[in-house]
Amino acid sequence: MKALYVNGIGVLGPGLGGWRESAAILKGTRVYRYEPLPTLTANLLPANERRRTTQVIKLVLNVAQEAMEPADVEVQRVYSVFASSGGDYEVMDKICMALTLAEKPVSPIHFHNSVHNAPAGYWTIAATCSMPSLSLSAYDHSFSAGLLEAATQVLVERASVLLVAYDYPSTFPLAEKRCLYAPFATALLLSPARTTQSQAKLMVTLTSQDTEDRLDEAPLERLRTGNPAARSLPLLQAIARGSAHRVILPYLANRQLIVEAAP
Amino acid sequence: MPIDPVLISAYTTVNALGRGVAASLSALRRGEGALRRCDFDDALLETWIGRVEGLEDAPITGELAAFDCRNNRLAQLGLNQDGFAERVLAARESYGAERIGVFIGTSTSGILEAELAYRQRDPATGALPEGFSYRYTHNVFSVADFTCRRLGLTGPALAISTACSSSAKVFASAYRHLQAGLCDAAVVGGVDSLCLTTLYGFNSLGLTSAQPCRPWDADRNGLSIGEAAGFALLERTPADNTEGIMLLGYGESSDAYHMSSPHPHGAGATLAMQRALASAGLTAAQVDYINLHGTATPSNDASEDQAVIRVFGTRTPCSSTKGWTGHTLGAAGITEAVFACLCIEHGFIPGSLNTQRPDSRLLAHIVLATQEQSIGVVMSNSFGFGGTNCSLLFGRKPP
Repeated sequence: MKALYVNGIGVLGPGLGGWRESAAILKGTRVYRYEPLPTLTANLLPANERRRTTQVIKLVLNVAQEAMEPADVEVQRVYSVFASSGGDYEVMDKICMALTLAEKPVSPIHFHNSVHNAPAGYWTIAATCSMPSLSLSAYDHSFSAGLLEAATQVLVERASVLLVAYDYPSTFPLAEKRCLYAPFATALLLSPARTTQSQAKLMVTLTSQDTEDRLDEAPLERLRTGNPAARSLPLLQAIARGSAHRVILPYLANRQLIVEAAP
Repeated sequence: MPIDPVLISAYTTVNALGRGVAASLSALRRGEGALRRCDFDDALLETWIGRVEGLEDAPITGELAAFDCRNNRLAQLGLNQDGFAERVLAARESYGAERIGVFIGTSTSGILEAELAYRQRDPATGALPEGFSYRYTHNVFSVADFTCRRLGLTGPALAISTACSSSAKVFASAYRHLQAGLCDAAVVGGVDSLCLTTLYGFNSLGLTSAQPCRPWDADRNGLSIGEAAGFALLERTPADNTEGIMLLGYGESSDAYHMSSPHPHGAGATLAMQRALASAGLTAAQVDYINLHGTATPSNDASEDQAVIRVFGTRTPCSSTKGWTGHTLGAAGITEAVFACLCIEHGFIPGSLNTQRPDSRLLAHIVLATQEQSIGVVMSNSFGFGGTNCSLLFGRKPP
């Protein structure tokens, strides 16, 4: 595939409060320390929509907003791809619990928030963006699947595409069946052309000959393996380092993505 | 620049009308719908559903037994119809397993399995039963994973979950992966099965009808939920192929308006239809039939009607097939794409079943009874919660 350009980045995770701080940690000029996520808000949304949001939606809106901040493209012209292994586990849990009760009192707000594309819906409302938006899952490989989908959109539709990958841990009892280590989300604004905001050039190909990159620092590696969206960290590290790197990301059925990242 | 048309070299459907395309074709031509009073699990709701017979007796066994759940059973049943799996295996021989992508739409995947597991929590600890596998049943990707393994495909794969546009958008995603050279063929599909989450969820929003749904009717008052699986095999069109039915165009948009209500004037739907026409290089006058999203809720039909009128005027024949199958949610896109292929192949327009007194405030040209006529190009609309819209165009290769 042809090259695409990273023109904006958002990151939010435990001890990773935004791209600038995360970049310093990933290139080793700042020490990583695990800290719970700060309280998140959804200031982008009108008040009546804001009341209905969940932690997952707030997480998504925050990284999306960060990635779009420096952008030299109008947000109303940007396509979006949302990649998450399982969406909003807390909402699923509430619905399944309600269905165990005699009257089965499923909340209408929980129901509309339960669709996998709920964060996408809120983002398009917040951004007043009528461009196409796609929400997907490829279980633990959702980041790679999202990157491929976003890359095909950039190259085939000649559009700027906001890729958002996110996953948020479930609670008991679902957590015993689907255990995620910590919340994490990242957003990449990908474009077909280099601009003054470009932070990296990416070339993406598929292979089955390689093994995925790991992170040297144990606490970050734990985050990488503990949240499907954090499988993006080796790529974010390569971008943070600012020199040419070949990154191997895990993909389906013993396949990998090779991402050649260069300034 | 129009897109390069993509050949639909095989297609199949299982829905409440029956198993395989012949069952749907004959029901659509005979005028026999398949909705029935809700008899699903212990749902005590005054509503009608489009239920697929026999899933209870069709378990997934063998090495894929971990995937056993209603949704994957429905997927398995779908793959077994019309020789679809065999056609894919033949394609695998020529392209290679890693060169065929899998793009499956679903809204709730196997959530029914989680609903059942929550009923069986340990009374002392609250833990879910040991036998419940989140990954292989409830998870969104489960049905795409199952499809890959059942067909032995290792190309790019993903589950698209954008509510009721899910399995329309699979065509757009597959097209892009083909164009980008990531695969040489694609299995696209959609599978959604009955569950309490959607029955009670739509009920909580006041969107289900106590009668069989009546799209575009003056007295329409809600939808009937259905279940379905459908699949299609997409390949790049050989230069000498002038006979096959193809994906001619697609258009996607977002309402950016409200999570569960459509834009009142159909702004997003209008954009989706306009973008589909532009991507096909066709004018509105070249479309012979529109398969509407047509859920039969008062606001959905009113919104879509305005959009259709804006793009097409009042002459293009339209109908909703939700009265036949129910609204199959994440499988609606593929189900109606397969119906579009049947209309082109066999030359007919399905009527809008159950619609008796068309709403005089709605202006689209609604076809009430199935009519036989030659059809060149069909548009199929799919719109969903979150304001996600997708319109597809199918037809033979343009001259």
